[in-house]
Amino acid sequence: MNTTPARDSYDVVVIGAGPAGLAAAASTAGAGLSTLLLDENPGPGGQVWRAIASTPVTAPDQLGADYWAGADLVSEARSSGAEIVHRATVWSLDRFLEIGVSVGGTSSFVKARRVILATGALERPFPIPGWTLPGVMTAGAAQTMLKSSGLVPDGRTVVAGQGPLLWLLAAQILRLGGRIDCILDTTERRNYFAALPHAFGFVTSPYFAKGLAMMREVKAKVPVVSGVSELTASGDGRLASVSYLAGGRRETIPAELLLLHQGVVPNVNLAMSAGIEHRWDDRQLCWSPVLDADGNTSVPGIAIAGDGAGIGGANVALARGRIAARAAIEALAPAAVAKLTAENVLRTALAQAERGRTFLDVLFRPAPRFRIPSGDTIVCRCEEVTAKEILDAVAIGATGPNQLKAYRRTGMGPCQGRLCGLTVTELMAQARGKTPQQIGYYRLRAPVKPITLAELASMPRTEADVGAVVRG
Amino acid sequence: MFKRSDQDKRPSVSVFVDGTAIAARQGDTVSAALLASSCDARRATAVSGAPRLPYCMMGVCFDCLVTIDGVGNRQGCLVPVAEGMQIEIQKGKREIGR
Repeated sequence: MNTTPARDSYDVVVIGAGPAGLAAAASTAGAGLSTLLLDENPGPGGQVWRAIASTPVTAPDQLGADYWAGADLVSEARSSGAEIVHRATVWSLDRFLEIGVSVGGTSSFVKARRVILATGALERPFPIPGWTLPGVMTAGAAQTMLKSSGLVPDGRTVVAGQGPLLWLLAAQILRLGGRIDCILDTTERRNYFAALPHAFGFVTSPYFAKGLAMMREVKAKVPVVSGVSELTASGDGRLASVSYLAGGRRETIPAELLLLHQGVVPNVNLAMSAGIEHRWDDRQLCWSPVLDADGNTSVPGIAIAGDGAGIGGANVALARGRIAARAAIEALAPAAVAKLTAENVLRTALAQAERGRTFLDVLFRPAPRFRIPSGDTIVCRCEEVTAKEILDAVAIGATGPNQLKAYRRTGMGPCQGRLCGLTVTELMAQARGKTPQQIGYYRLRAPVKPITLAELASMPRTEADVGAVVRG
Repeated sequence: MFKRSDQDKRPSVSVFVDGTAIAARQGDTVSAALLASSCDARRATAVSGAPRLPYCMMGVCFDCLVTIDGVGNRQGCLVPVAEGMQIEIQKGKREIGR
């Protein structure tokens, strides 16, 4: 499973083995198309079903039914005939549908007739003072450790932020006997009113009952402070305490672990580097690709499914994966379409899965204070650039994220803007009185994950490649 | 900071952190094994030398960078442990030649 792809070209290459990627690869391979599924993790499942094939947490009620729901799709993908390569880092994709992938320290190129990107989501940056201290992690990080290694917090632990994942994580930690001392809820009170007009879709969605039950389960065991409007992590060399402001009261609590979460955003790096058009999404406060109803992007032959197409969650991802796969099958193997699930069934499934999302987006819209930091708070974790330094650069002429690189190297470290890009865009937009769409984003280029020059240099090459650069 | 669940019955794997053996479990990533152990796994950043521990555990943040079997700048959260693996906590930049 961890070897270089067997062939150098495929009908369909799917990138990412979460719900969307598994569904897409299972569908296209099942329809007889040669399919390669590339994934960076040691096993299938993406983040939501992480380690589903290997987790030591086997008591079914602890991770919950939504987690184990992934097992059928994993079996379907594995028996579909798709070639699945794990621990494969895709570092390049271009408009000729050529993919650069690194497996076990060796890189190769594969060609595709269609590409389905299912690179999912990552945690929205949560740039508070002290968020780089050892002991401050994302909620998703704790959930990854819980799912893949059965690890739970056992020291003084504070969970802070908002959103469904935060409550799910808290419930899972408690079920496994882990420790949470306090939950600091940063949901703005005004969001409850703003979300009200969208409540019908939510109340009639499956999220409603599940969400309420989970919050009740957690609140019975852990004190919850709501209306938290300021948050600071402090410590000398590692986290020692968390300070917060709530309802006019400032408190400091000792902590060795702080888990932060304020929602997830599309992981856009590979898609943007391929030249796919993205737009600023004002409701989800992130960049989303411009797509047609089948998930096709502005680059012919490349579709995006799953949370990378805009945050929708696992069931939406699965439906979008099937829809993107169906479009690929229609294009490449029209004779196989008759055997597929009917299009209207897929679209109905998608519409059902999307129910309630607007409510969640509006209710859990992160407060400006937690998105747009000030002063000495670090924005770019890799290059250690503060909000003030960025504003100083704006004051002397930096116009947008790309110009800012020359002033401050923001986004030029190994994470390539994944943890600072949204903050930089919003911070500069605010400082310059423009919209995030006007300010834009980093121009992303391959390699979208760092690889060594030695690995590049040792890639297989044709005589034509050599002739292009060697004289005489 | 983290403890293991009682129901974790995976076989033990020995890895070395700066020469000292720690017990990991089969299927742990290097970063998970480090965070589950009692060793001081804080790396130092290349820019200022500030101490860091893994932040995202999903291959995004690069705060888990570590030297594994002599190769620097590996993302510890993406590499599963293997018996006898030599892990070095990376202080500062990757060195030339490793």
